[in-house]
Amino acid sequence: MNLDTKGDAAGTPHNSAPEDGTRRSFIKQAGGILGLALAPPLISQAERLTAFSKTVEGVSTMTLKVNGTARTIQAEPRVSLLDALREYLDLTGTKKGCDHGQCGACTVLVEGRRINSCLTLAVMNQGKEITTIEGLAKGEELHPMQQAFLKHDGLQCGYCTPGQILSGVACVQEGHATTDDQVREWMSGNLCRCGAYPNIVAAVREVAGKA
Amino acid sequence: MNNFSYTPAATAKEALGLRKDTKEAAFIAGGTTLLDLMKANVEAHPQLIDINQLPFKGIQETADGLRIGALERMSDVGENALVMQQYPVIAEALLLSASPQLRNMASIGGNLLQRTRCGYFRDPAFPCNKRNPGSGCPAQVGDNRNLAILGTSEACIATNPGDLAVALVALDAVVVLENAKGKQRRVPLLDFHLLPGTTPQRETILEPDELIVAVTVPAAAHARKSHYVKVRDRASYAFALVSAAVGLEVQGGQIRSARLALGGVGTKPWRALEAEKMLVGRAATEETFRTAAAAAVRGAQPREHNRFKVEMAQKTLVQALQELMAS
Repeated sequence: MNLDTKGDAAGTPHNSAPEDGTRRSFIKQAGGILGLALAPPLISQAERLTAFSKTVEGVSTMTLKVNGTARTIQAEPRVSLLDALREYLDLTGTKKGCDHGQCGACTVLVEGRRINSCLTLAVMNQGKEITTIEGLAKGEELHPMQQAFLKHDGLQCGYCTPGQILSGVACVQEGHATTDDQVREWMSGNLCRCGAYPNIVAAVREVAGKA
Repeated sequence: MNNFSYTPAATAKEALGLRKDTKEAAFIAGGTTLLDLMKANVEAHPQLIDINQLPFKGIQETADGLRIGALERMSDVGENALVMQQYPVIAEALLLSASPQLRNMASIGGNLLQRTRCGYFRDPAFPCNKRNPGSGCPAQVGDNRNLAILGTSEACIATNPGDLAVALVALDAVVVLENAKGKQRRVPLLDFHLLPGTTPQRETILEPDELIVAVTVPAAAHARKSHYVKVRDRASYAFALVSAAVGLEVQGGQIRSARLALGGVGTKPWRALEAEKMLVGRAATEETFRTAAAAAVRGAQPREHNRFKVEMAQKTLVQALQELMAS
């Protein structure tokens, strides 16, 4: 049984009771136990009570919702979201640069928020909406950020580009692309060794202007 | 990275119970420090306990100040209106930390437990008293440009790398901890991090059977008028060479209360209590600020490559106070 990881940080209202290690978690657990009580009676009481701490060990089945499609893989818990995308789902548009959260090449959107896919585990991201560079275009029609990178020549070698584009999409959505300086600050998590920065700033600013 | 099992915990009690069963297990929230260090073979854990489902959320105004749930993300706290208006030094420190991507991932509790960026700690090929107690500290005479000048010991000169903790320690923040029995205790952040001494492997007073639930910050005039300045090798997305968190209450040109803390120079988030005393009751002038800044670095023990931090820390403090007065 895989635990559904939906409904964590993003959707939780900012009004939980103080020092609430007990109340809400109790309600959650009570609800879970009630739900499980309706399950077939073959499940023992011990199994019901430990259902919450289902440990994932070794190669197991994971389901990732990538670009609107649920995809199933067999992988170990140590597999990063980045490796799951590249090595298990053949979505090689997301790039592995430093693999330590220092370069931004692996940037993807999870529940609409940009993150470094190298520093999170695939197993932790089940049930969440994951958007990679492959999911931006609508068929043959490029996303406005992709078009702007082409128009402004926002790349040279192109290795950092998928991460730059995903980060740029989020930067505009967050409202952090109102000036060139602001774009430079809020795009600083994406390094470009070719130094295409002026053109990247121009591309992000153009999309922000149209947004 | 070594292989491990993964267990999502539904409650704090469950998470702490799992930890009790497997002492070498680690909690994972954002994972930005943990997975980085596990990939570098600096840390190895047989089990990761996912605590993201725990109800340690919320950014709230309380009767006496601010309460931030330990699982809130750095980005959400940094752009929270209450934090930005009433505790600007916290918002500024957060938004000068890491990158937008990392801030979307990293939790407040995890950030307080962030480990040093000392190159010897991060590379298992070297001895390191923090990683392997008793093995030695090559940093003492090695590449120590980024390392600490305050709170150091013969065993360790590793810098605490945080920004948030520097702002929080300046504002008298308190860390709320909970153990497996559901019992909570409140520890001033000032006492939360430990000096390295002869046991640099022990970095905080957090017990193995405890989780960080929340951080609270008392409301105050010096919190409302507060500011963070961070000096880095590049304009953005870098750890601090030196940083300063400052807060003042000024009436009629005279300082009524002051809060000062330094980052990038201490083995823990460095509150400058003696320097604060030199500000209170004095005129808010550059001369006063310089005197206090000199007191803040008294007793500093720089090594070969980080002597520049003694002067840089003072200049950063003065700059932060001047910018605060001009704002």
